[in-house]
Amino acid sequence: MKQGTIKQILLLTDGCSNHGEDPVAMAALAREQGITVNVIGMIDDQATDERGLQEIDQIALSGGGISQTVFAKQLSHTVQMVTRQAMTQTLQGVVNEQLKKILNKDTGMESLPPDTRGEVMEVVDELGETANLEVLILVDTSASMKSKLPTVKEALLDLSLSMNARMGSNLFSLSIFPGKRKDTEQLLDWTPKLDSLTSLFSKLSPGGLTPTGPAIREAISQFKKKRSRKGWLSGGDEYIEKSV
Amino acid sequence: MNTSRNQFNIGRGTVIHGKWHSQAYLVERLLGRGATGTVYLVNGPDGAAALKFSNSLSITAEMNVLKAFAKVQGSSLGPSLLDADDWESGYGVQPFYVMEYIQGPTLSAFIRMRGSSWIGVLLLQLLENLQTLHEAGWIFGDIKPDNLIVSGPPFALRCIDVGGTTKMGRAIKEYTEFFDRGYWRAGSRKAEPSYDLFAAAMVAINLVYPERFSRNEEGIKQLEAKVRQKKELQAIAPVLIKALQGKYSSASAMRTELLVSLNSETKKKEPVNRRSAVRKNNGRAIYKQKRKERGLFTLAAVLFIAVVYVLYVLTELLI
Repeated sequence: MKQGTIKQILLLTDGCSNHGEDPVAMAALAREQGITVNVIGMIDDQATDERGLQEIDQIALSGGGISQTVFAKQLSHTVQMVTRQAMTQTLQGVVNEQLKKILNKDTGMESLPPDTRGEVMEVVDELGETANLEVLILVDTSASMKSKLPTVKEALLDLSLSMNARMGSNLFSLSIFPGKRKDTEQLLDWTPKLDSLTSLFSKLSPGGLTPTGPAIREAISQFKKKRSRKGWLSGGDEYIEKSV
Repeated sequence: MNTSRNQFNIGRGTVIHGKWHSQAYLVERLLGRGATGTVYLVNGPDGAAALKFSNSLSITAEMNVLKAFAKVQGSSLGPSLLDADDWESGYGVQPFYVMEYIQGPTLSAFIRMRGSSWIGVLLLQLLENLQTLHEAGWIFGDIKPDNLIVSGPPFALRCIDVGGTTKMGRAIKEYTEFFDRGYWRAGSRKAEPSYDLFAAAMVAINLVYPERFSRNEEGIKQLEAKVRQKKELQAIAPVLIKALQGKYSSASAMRTELLVSLNSETKKKEPVNRRSAVRKNNGRAIYKQKRKERGLFTLAAVLFIAVVYVLYVLTELLI
């Protein structure tokens, strides 16, 4: 049986965008192409920016993903947990969407009696475990994120550890925004493990605008680029072709 | 997809009607509210029970685990599942399940009240339960003192949250950092027996470090040092350290060694405890030395006999 691939953009930011296209529209564009957008909002204790929070929720909503906000003070403890939860929930969400299509247009698992629900859930579990996962991580590196970057690094390493314990294969890619010259800069090309991230993060110099919208648009094209390259290699990518 | 939508309040005296199995439950009080749901103490057709609300996905996943637990013969770790249904309330359709109500202090509270000599004994119980669970192809995952309750007397270790239980070979989905070997960089998050054994060792550590501690850069060396620092863990320290290093392939192997170290502790109460660990380590070395001595003795004896025999032959020939 050939396994499906779940495509996600994981956006880590601490506030509102101030440059380029509307990120909410770009998230909708991603969703149209089968890419889910999840947002982790890292906010400061005092400056609870209402507009920033709203944007975080809206990006996730129109991107078909989930959003979670976490306070800077608890960052070191909760970012990893939140990241994990977001991933798990998205996996479950995607599978549940598929089920809704199979069962009926509007009724999901809730319309089934509890026992049957349990059997369906086992299938959901199985799919979540074996599906291939592609996550493009977008990290906001504007000036205000500087103090939060070490925690972001830890959270991402942890994410890689969690995901790689699954049976399905994983591919991660990491981009930051703003980049040195462009709106977005790719730090790490598609790779099954994020271990090389440690050295990359130490070289970062946060600062500049927050072009969230353009970053998401660029992220979508990264998924496309990967596809076309796969065409060239045709079967050389064993971790993509892996089937159970 | 937000889990917080289930944070509603149900007052004492509310009656919860099941849609599918048409059972009624009278709410007594709130037992607990956590990230995975809300649990109420209720009065049902068979008396007191615990009723849990959560979102549909996690409720169903947990129910599956409880059902699997019921199939595991001889494991009393999890609560038994009594009912699963939907409640059509003013808040919309709420899926819930009803389980056995387990009464007693948490493991941490129990150790605070009764003293640290219970740590080893209850750890033995935990390992026995884990062994049966592992044999059935499941890994517990989220083992921590907050989830463990000591019911009785006779005192038995029970677990009130089975949400982290995972099929062997899959990825651990639910865990608490302090008890997670991935967090301590001591291994992967694959569901395998050694994952649970690491967590079990961390439970013992948490009982003597109730405020817990966060990791530094030393990884597992930090944990080993923490174990050695506490007098309460002295007797079982070698077993805990082996579990942290992932050297046990099964819960029963760890249990056997734990039992030995607990028995030897009670015997050697008089001499200074600090030496017991050292002595145990040196045991094998002394044995080896003895064997070498015995070898030398045999060699000398053989040579002596040979020399005597040669002398005998020579004298025979000369005479």
